[in-house]
Amino acid sequence: MKKTKTEIYAVSKREASKKIVESAGEIHNDIIKKNARPRMRFPIRSLSNVKYDPRKGHFEILNKVATRTLSYNTVKTFAQSMRLLATTKNDLLDKNDIAGKREVYYNSKSWGECRFNEQPESDTLLDDIEAMLGINREQLGYIPEERGGEVTGPLTVIDLDPATGDEIKINCEKLGTGAWSIPSQVEHLRFETRAKFVLVIETSSLFQRLVHHRYYEKADCILISMSGVPTRACRRFIRRLCDDRKLPVLAFTDGDPYGYCNIYRTLKAGSGQAAHINQYFCVPQVHYLGVTPQDIIDFDLKDATHPLEEIDIKRAKDALKNDPFIKHHKEWQKALEQMLSMGVRIEQQAFAKHGLNYVLDEYLPRKIKKGAFLP
Amino acid sequence: MSKNDFATAETMASRQREISVSEFFLKNRHLLGFDNPRKALLTAVKEAVDNSLDACDEAGILPEINVEIKQIAAKRFIVSVTDNGPGIVRNQIPKIFAKLLYGSKFHRLRMSRGQQGIGISAAGMYGQLTTGKPTIIQSRVKHAKTGHHIEAQIDTRQNKPVILKDQEVDWMPEFVAADEKEGKIQYKHGTCVTIEMEAAYARGKLSVDEYLKQCAIVNPHLELHYRIIAADTDAEDKGREKNATPEDTQGGPCAPSRGKGEAEDTPWTTFPRASKTMPVQPFEIKPHPHGVELGMLIQMLKDTTAKTVKAALQHDFSRVSDRVAAEICQRAGLNPKEKPAQIAHRESEALFKAINETKLMRPPTDCLSPIGEKEIITGLQKEIKADFYTSVTRGPEVYRGNPFQIEVGIAYAKPGDNADLGSEEPARVLRFANKVPLLYMAGACAMTKAITGVNWKSYRLPQPSDSLPVGPLAILVHIASVWVPFTSESKEAIAHYPEIIRELTFALQECGRRLSVYLSRRHREAELERKRNYIELYLPHLALGLKQILELDDRQEKTIVNKLQKMLERTHLEQ
Repeated sequence: MKKTKTEIYAVSKREASKKIVESAGEIHNDIIKKNARPRMRFPIRSLSNVKYDPRKGHFEILNKVATRTLSYNTVKTFAQSMRLLATTKNDLLDKNDIAGKREVYYNSKSWGECRFNEQPESDTLLDDIEAMLGINREQLGYIPEERGGEVTGPLTVIDLDPATGDEIKINCEKLGTGAWSIPSQVEHLRFETRAKFVLVIETSSLFQRLVHHRYYEKADCILISMSGVPTRACRRFIRRLCDDRKLPVLAFTDGDPYGYCNIYRTLKAGSGQAAHINQYFCVPQVHYLGVTPQDIIDFDLKDATHPLEEIDIKRAKDALKNDPFIKHHKEWQKALEQMLSMGVRIEQQAFAKHGLNYVLDEYLPRKIKKGAFLP
Repeated sequence: MSKNDFATAETMASRQREISVSEFFLKNRHLLGFDNPRKALLTAVKEAVDNSLDACDEAGILPEINVEIKQIAAKRFIVSVTDNGPGIVRNQIPKIFAKLLYGSKFHRLRMSRGQQGIGISAAGMYGQLTTGKPTIIQSRVKHAKTGHHIEAQIDTRQNKPVILKDQEVDWMPEFVAADEKEGKIQYKHGTCVTIEMEAAYARGKLSVDEYLKQCAIVNPHLELHYRIIAADTDAEDKGREKNATPEDTQGGPCAPSRGKGEAEDTPWTTFPRASKTMPVQPFEIKPHPHGVELGMLIQMLKDTTAKTVKAALQHDFSRVSDRVAAEICQRAGLNPKEKPAQIAHRESEALFKAINETKLMRPPTDCLSPIGEKEIITGLQKEIKADFYTSVTRGPEVYRGNPFQIEVGIAYAKPGDNADLGSEEPARVLRFANKVPLLYMAGACAMTKAITGVNWKSYRLPQPSDSLPVGPLAILVHIASVWVPFTSESKEAIAHYPEIIRELTFALQECGRRLSVYLSRRHREAELERKRNYIELYLPHLALGLKQILELDDRQEKTIVNKLQKMLERTHLEQ
């Protein structure tokens, strides 16, 4: 019945194309044979339809399904879905081409009144189709436009030349003051490394400080910058790297509800939005290094904090109430409650209070040595 | 200051003399609606037409009226109104047209258009004052061998007619046939009054054109012909500047002058008769005791032919029975057998008080002749292009002892269908009192107050606070009464009696409720239409997508569209 993970994930373009024809055939069947208003069914993608399984380590989608039946209210979206499916099949899959999200949006401008007015409309529909088909959008030929994150450290990535298919070795230690950008497709990459662990960092400014002072040499680690919530490619890259090389992963974000519940939680267990594909786009082995509310006390940073804003408080309370991941982990609940009672948040850069390099000379070594991380 | 500067009783006496009514009105012409040249023209037409209609209604003749306005100089016009009414007996002609306060209507409590007997003679007097020309009357009564041609002026000092010319002529009123090729229609009876006067003509909401159009609405039994013959382009242009709409200029009477030789060719505009039913004839009633004021009571006691107070009460008033008359006398402490003329001032005051303390039946209401719900709709349909018409005729009610009856009609056009009814503009209000259009002083009128006091928002019409509702609609309001309470003698606005405003409000609300039913149905239909269009816009795309994926042919593609259209119509468009 169920295909294995890799089968679904590594579905070929021909299979994807076939899946589209199947779905369209069902709709056609509804109309012509059953004489009924056609429907599209997709799993509901939100935190309310996921379950956190700590053994598997990621959000797993439950079986709540949304049905979009053709009606006055859905006729436009329905028509757009059909045209988008047709474009995906005929222009991308069958022609072995790729397209960016923004290109999809502009491509629709030739559809007359059926066109998308704003890009978010086409983005949402793309997510719908991805969920409906159970095939992730990269496999359909859609390339994400966001950057995947940056990597520096004792790691050699073995990539393929897109034209010739020849191997290309990239030594991430010899990139000078720069860093290697994670590509949108990471499935084919292979890795060589002597690093002991991976340190994933939220902000690129702190990442650059660590690179500048060659922290990766000192700590024997691979540094990855996420620049906010990690993209699918970034999560997949970390996951593949760590699965492949059996490396532990530590995350270092701002000490605020966004850093905990959005950035870290998504990295570790996936998101509600992409619940149908979380199993590939998450890093269950990651642990949280900081900045924790307790760090504010332990490292004497009280005067380097900011009061929690309304949105922070709402986000924290929301997570305590609805986020299956937070609800599973008492430590996280304690951390969030501690933060709420302290009423402050802290940024990664706050350690500069004690000197610019305090963070790499004192904070990181002490935290890593102590080894007490949040799950 | 010396003593000699003051007047003495004697010197004052030398200056004291009787003021004739005519002189009074000459100096206070605004009281009668002759304040400015433009309004004077309207008032003259209005008074003549009102008289014609009253005469025809009373004589049971289906009225046909010609209104001709001929401009002879920049500011000089000849107004001529002809009717097919019963005609006027020779001896009465000078008094009716050249004596103020002479008429048949003032002394009766009977619903009619004119009330005081001032109107038409005031118009003649105004003409005489501004041009020096007499009023010319031609009239012929039924079965008479000849008609009369009389030219008369008014002696303003003595309020007496002066006859300048009096001839027997073979005159008969003439009207254009509905189809002008068929020539003229003649009647063997009728009257024509012609007044030359200083005036100004302009189109718009306060114009003769508007007045006649409204007349045609509330008198669907009237056949009305109208033309205005302009003298020179100067005056014509002046008239056009104000409120001229394209529609106005299309009509015959307003066509530009084509020189004097052709003036007679100016075609008539006809407001055709839409109903051959004569309005119900109102009965005359005696005054109701509760509507009589002290002064009038005293006068009535003096004038009565009854021998006793009790008999006077019983015979000269309505709703006073033998028992009630006795009760009033007892309450007033009067001997019922006392001679009415003998009742002293103090006693009459007691009598007045007693009357008002006594419970009486309400006055009879068969003295009223409403337009009628059906006729209001007929009239509105005839003159106002709209999509929805409704009307309400309320039952008779009483204010201050006077019976009255309220009627309201609404015509609602589809937005954009009628250029006169803008969908972003306040409703057009057509006010009528005893079937006479009221054009001036809308702001001071109880009718306007009642309309703005209704919450039109609950009937799906936008309404700025304390204002008229906004939308492509006309609201017709009519009050019928034996004595319409105007705020002034120029008869332009209805006084704010709470009883009247309450009745107006009820009628307006009823029409409003019906309008809202219509509007919500139309809203629903428009919504369905919008949905249908929306669906039809996207279904072809849905089919095209399927066609491209499944490699269908054109026929299959078409089948998809047709099937889906039927399915969605079933679910969404059949409600």
